[in-house]
Amino acid sequence: MIVDVNVSLSRWPFRRLPCDELGRLIEKLGDCGVTEAWAGSFDGVFHKDIGSVNARLLDDCRRSRPGLLRPFGSVNPTLGGWREDLRRCHEDYHMPGIRLHPAYHGYRLDDPVFAELLTQAQRRGLIVQLVVRIEDPRMQHPLMRVPDVDTKPLPGLLTARPELRLVLLGALQSVRGQAITQLIRAGEVYFEISMLEGVGGISSLLGRVPGDRILFGSHCPFFILESATFKLQESELLRARANAITHQNARRLLKAPVVRQG
Amino acid sequence: MILETIHVIDWKRTMQSPNCRITRRAVLIGAAQAGVAASVTSRYQPSLAAEPSASLPEYLVWDVHGHLNTPGETPAERIDNLLKFADRMGIERVIVFMGYPWAYDPSPEDVRRQNDQVLQALERSRGRAFGFAYLNPKHTEESLDEMDRCVRDGPMVGVKLWVAVRCHEKCLDPIVRHSARLKAPILQHTWYKITGNLPGESTAADLALLAARHPTASFIAAHAGGDWERGIRAIRSAANVTAEISGGDPTAGVVEMAVRELGAERVMYGSDFAGRSFASQLAKVLGANVPENAKRLILAGNIKRMLAPILATKGIRL
Repeated sequence: MIVDVNVSLSRWPFRRLPCDELGRLIEKLGDCGVTEAWAGSFDGVFHKDIGSVNARLLDDCRRSRPGLLRPFGSVNPTLGGWREDLRRCHEDYHMPGIRLHPAYHGYRLDDPVFAELLTQAQRRGLIVQLVVRIEDPRMQHPLMRVPDVDTKPLPGLLTARPELRLVLLGALQSVRGQAITQLIRAGEVYFEISMLEGVGGISSLLGRVPGDRILFGSHCPFFILESATFKLQESELLRARANAITHQNARRLLKAPVVRQG
Repeated sequence: MILETIHVIDWKRTMQSPNCRITRRAVLIGAAQAGVAASVTSRYQPSLAAEPSASLPEYLVWDVHGHLNTPGETPAERIDNLLKFADRMGIERVIVFMGYPWAYDPSPEDVRRQNDQVLQALERSRGRAFGFAYLNPKHTEESLDEMDRCVRDGPMVGVKLWVAVRCHEKCLDPIVRHSARLKAPILQHTWYKITGNLPGESTAADLALLAARHPTASFIAAHAGGDWERGIRAIRSAANVTAEISGGDPTAGVVEMAVRELGAERVMYGSDFAGRSFASQLAKVLGANVPENAKRLILAGNIKRMLAPILATKGIRL
């Protein structure tokens, strides 16, 4: 049983991907033992008509086996009307959370509008997925160079929002060491393993991140899904630890947020 | 000076150790018996809660790109640590080059020190690891001497070139000619970085130029040019260059494109351990939509074929 918290639908604009059609993606998820996937949309990265992106995402998720794909709508706070997009994700579409792309949407995390977005997401009980990186900056299209998100403002924002549940996607190439420790201490922040590298990567990560803050994420179809599943084998994990990473942590995260004390 | 004596061992005996093959089946069973859990099912990674199905394909895996940059006080400790993880992933043999720490433009003394570290790791590995001699082509005479010490007279079976000088430069020619005489393939780091290459960092196009000057030599384009969509195209017409897929993210489609454009006989698996995981890099091959026979060539068949001549000169049978 695997809950993959980092899957995207639709097409990446610079390359056809082997699983960028819904049927192929669903087949791949099944082949690799993924029983549930939290799905955003590549369209949400690049399109300005976010309303139609999120409506299509919902439809696509409903076309799959019930419970297989959970939609995480995109919200771009640099676009007018983003509050309505957020409301629809929550009230109309009953999505468990939203996915943010600050680097591609062109805002920094110290922008007041980002703070307001987090506040509203917390108030609505929505999980916030923040994409730190999609593609290696060394290999991007020359006309589309996008740096990793600078996460330095996050600890302060998390401390001020103790009920916020934040999942960092594609973070583990650029967020390392002390920055991870500060984030863990600041609030309910989770990391997924799609960009975790190094021999025995999960074992090493467990030295810095509590096991209940690590999620299974593949970044499929941009990445090959097996990359994440093989990491479970490369590190020596006790069954309880593996179960937490593959599905239990994600399931717990989906439940109503726990009010933090103090 | 102590290190210089370390490779004077019975390396022919250890390199052809007949009992070193690790089957994936054995690895998985061992992992299951050790109580390891991963409730994942795929053709390569069955549930570890039970013995793998006998119908699952076995892959012989040789990893052609790795380093000793892992925890450990000595090269022996480091290779032990790496092979522990290689065992978990069913990797039979690894090729190691460069010691530690690294420098972009190492002196001849530093190159020699790093090769000595690798020689210690090879001895410790009891035949699981092969070595390529690391060289800085700016120092031609010292490089030729190092090839004699590590390859002609020692256990190493290839040459590794990194980022000291771009590989299309003329100073590489004596090194390539000597490599061809020794039947030693040359693995050259290649990368196209939109963020900017290092001054001495080669592109796949640089390697194609060098390969064209030396049609009898064998070359491996490490990282498939980094930006593989450009790198694979750059070496398409260079028949003596093989793309090695290590070091980049596990981006979907890399092996499919390499096989389509180069043919499966010119694609090799490598991971760039320990900076990269065996898992993410193996997934590029095992998760690719290419025929089974192509996967077998990429995972081990091609490097075995490439190394066969030099191993034969050393009297080593696999």
